[in-house]
Amino acid sequence: MSTATRPSALLEVRDISLSFRGLVALEGVSFHVTEGELFSIIGPNGAGKTSIFNCINQVYRPQEGSILWKGDSLMGLKPNQTAERGIARTFQNIALFAHMTVMDNILSGRHIRMNHGWLAGMLWWGRAKQEELENRHKVEEIIHFLEIERWRKHPVGLLPYGIQKRVELGRALAMDPELLLLDEPVAGMNLEETEDMARFILDIQDELGITTILVEHDMSLVMDIADRVMVLDFGRKIAEGLPEEVQTNADVIRAYLGTTGDASMQEFG
Amino acid sequence: MRGRPHLHTSYSADQALMPTTTKKVALAIFLVLAALAPIASSIPIYPDFLGNNDWMKLLSHVAIFGIGALGINLLTGVAGQVSLGHAFFMGLGAYVGVVFGAPAGDLWGWGLPMWIWLPMAGIIPAAIGLLVGPAAVRVRGLYLAFATLGLVFIGEWAWRNLKFITGGSFAGRRFPEFQLRMWKEEEPLVDFASDGVWLGFEISEEAKVYLLMLGLLVVATVLAKNLQRTRAGRAFQAIRDRDIAAEIMGVNEFKYKLMAFGISSAYAGVAGALFASFVGRQIPETWDLFLSVEFIAIILIGGAGTVSGALMGSAFVILLPRLVQDFTEWLSNVIADGEGLLASVADAVISVSPDDFGVVNILPGAGPGLSVFQLNQVLFGLLVILFMIFEPLGLYGIWLRIRNYWKGWPFTY
Ligand SMILES: Nc1ncnc2c1ncn2[C@@H]1O[C@H](COP(=O)(O)OP(=O)(O)O)[C@@H](O)[C@H]1O
Ligand SMILES: [Mg+2]
Repeated sequence: MSTATRPSALLEVRDISLSFRGLVALEGVSFHVTEGELFSIIGPNGAGKTSIFNCINQVYRPQEGSILWKGDSLMGLKPNQTAERGIARTFQNIALFAHMTVMDNILSGRHIRMNHGWLAGMLWWGRAKQEELENRHKVEEIIHFLEIERWRKHPVGLLPYGIQKRVELGRALAMDPELLLLDEPVAGMNLEETEDMARFILDIQDELGITTILVEHDMSLVMDIADRVMVLDFGRKIAEGLPEEVQTNADVIRAYLGTTGDASMQEFG
Repeated sequence: MRGRPHLHTSYSADQALMPTTTKKVALAIFLVLAALAPIASSIPIYPDFLGNNDWMKLLSHVAIFGIGALGINLLTGVAGQVSLGHAFFMGLGAYVGVVFGAPAGDLWGWGLPMWIWLPMAGIIPAAIGLLVGPAAVRVRGLYLAFATLGLVFIGEWAWRNLKFITGGSFAGRRFPEFQLRMWKEEEPLVDFASDGVWLGFEISEEAKVYLLMLGLLVVATVLAKNLQRTRAGRAFQAIRDRDIAAEIMGVNEFKYKLMAFGISSAYAGVAGALFASFVGRQIPETWDLFLSVEFIAIILIGGAGTVSGALMGSAFVILLPRLVQDFTEWLSNVIADGEGLLASVADAVISVSPDDFGVVNILPGAGPGLSVFQLNQVLFGLLVILFMIFEPLGLYGIWLRIRNYWKGWPFTY
């Protein structure tokens, strides 16, 4: 079962290993994500969670293993080609385009959904004008969905942290993705901001039906909203299952209590 | 439309080039004034103001450098790729222009009309840019600056040796005149290269050239502004701000960097050809590293990444030397009058004779101090440094502040 592609698996990661000059970041990690699912990856700092996202986006090239997207390999593609396949992402450390407005950031998420070239753009002509206006409309829906109307024209670099995180989610949503990779969307947020973000993630599931992989540090959030959870430790998968199964897994408890000084992790034990 | 004047009721209104009526009106007034500048000399208060041919030349110079600055701004300001190769592409454009446009003689020249040589001066540098670009855009940051620096040196060497095109060092060659012809016929349809009468007004050659440059600058500006607000322009900015994130959002980094390189080279080529023809004769040494650095300084002073910054920077950098010169002349006149507080202050600043001390001396060889030329260089350097430290947004940033101040007036806090 583990070697055959599941018919419903949107993304299938098989036995990937990744190392940086001898330092092992991932070791034989496998998992799959089915359509419509909210799959979560948790684990202590440095466990390799972000590296998995970078492998899916082909920013990193795992030395071993394969990554299948609807049955076809993603390996060897350029990052922008993974976007064209329908994979969108937010980043652990906000990676917005700081000098652009909220509007333009979200519009740049529409890049792959537009076609006009530089010349048509320069002349504001035909396809360019039409596409820009249509996509502007689409962006407005996202702005409304994320309740960031009042910041529309602000350069994102100047906005509060929590709002920037939201804009980044908006930029990813603008890509009309089939798979959304969220890397610690509530890291560094206060309770209220965390609750807002959780609501948006659930709405994305319910209203937009977008399959999501949620990488999180914040255990309570994951246990509340994830369909299935995978736990990583030192680049290895140590558990996978329903939230309540994982929560009571002895290896998981040990891994979390073994790490030092992180409050959100301690809570879990 | 009634109600809130700033509320846009359609996306096309909101996305328009000039979103607010105030902006439209201000721009229209500015353009009309700019177009009327040639008649300013008939204003009696200050007959030298703007309208005289000296000023017409200066403003043409501003417009030409403005076109060049739009190009480097696109590559360095918008796409974030620091290039020192701008002078190379300007030189290339100038020589493409002269080969296409100058009459045949000892040196190469095909005598084709301006509507051919000017576009070619953009197209061919763009093509060469795309050819050498792949090597350049693979390297990042400072390495790109060094790689493009190499282009300038290769260019200078080539221009000195391709004597049948460039005329070689010292001599240089004459560049085609600004004349509109259908084809190679004797009489130009519109001749910008001699004094004449337009619409019943007597107009000097300099004023005609100025109006032509103003027109070309307006076209170049609209194109640049449109590019920046549409798909490709956003991709450029995305790469500048966060290259890996841009790729993950679907931007093909290599393709868009190359595109920025090509379009920027086209702007450089056109500006180079215009500049060469505007001055009339150019030697290969014109297209040197200093010219590239001057353009980087223009966008730093104006505010990198914005179209208006590129234009303000050009105006500032071209007009500053002239203003300094006029000002020192005026000061020396004050000294000559020899009365009042101002004269004694001016006396300390300016030296007028070999035994007179002053920061600036206006007579060659008179006393210690800087020449007016040196003073300009020092001010130029100081300004670049000051802007980099205190106002990274350049003149554009200062303008934003002033605008925001007045927007809220009288409730400014
Ligand atoms: N580009 C890189 N170069 C070297 N080591 C890296 C790189 N990216 C990640 N690593 C290492 O891989 C391990 C996993 O990192 P990461 O995936 O960021 O963990 P997590 O997101 O779970 O906190 C860490 O030990 C980290 O130092
Ligand atoms: Mg991480």
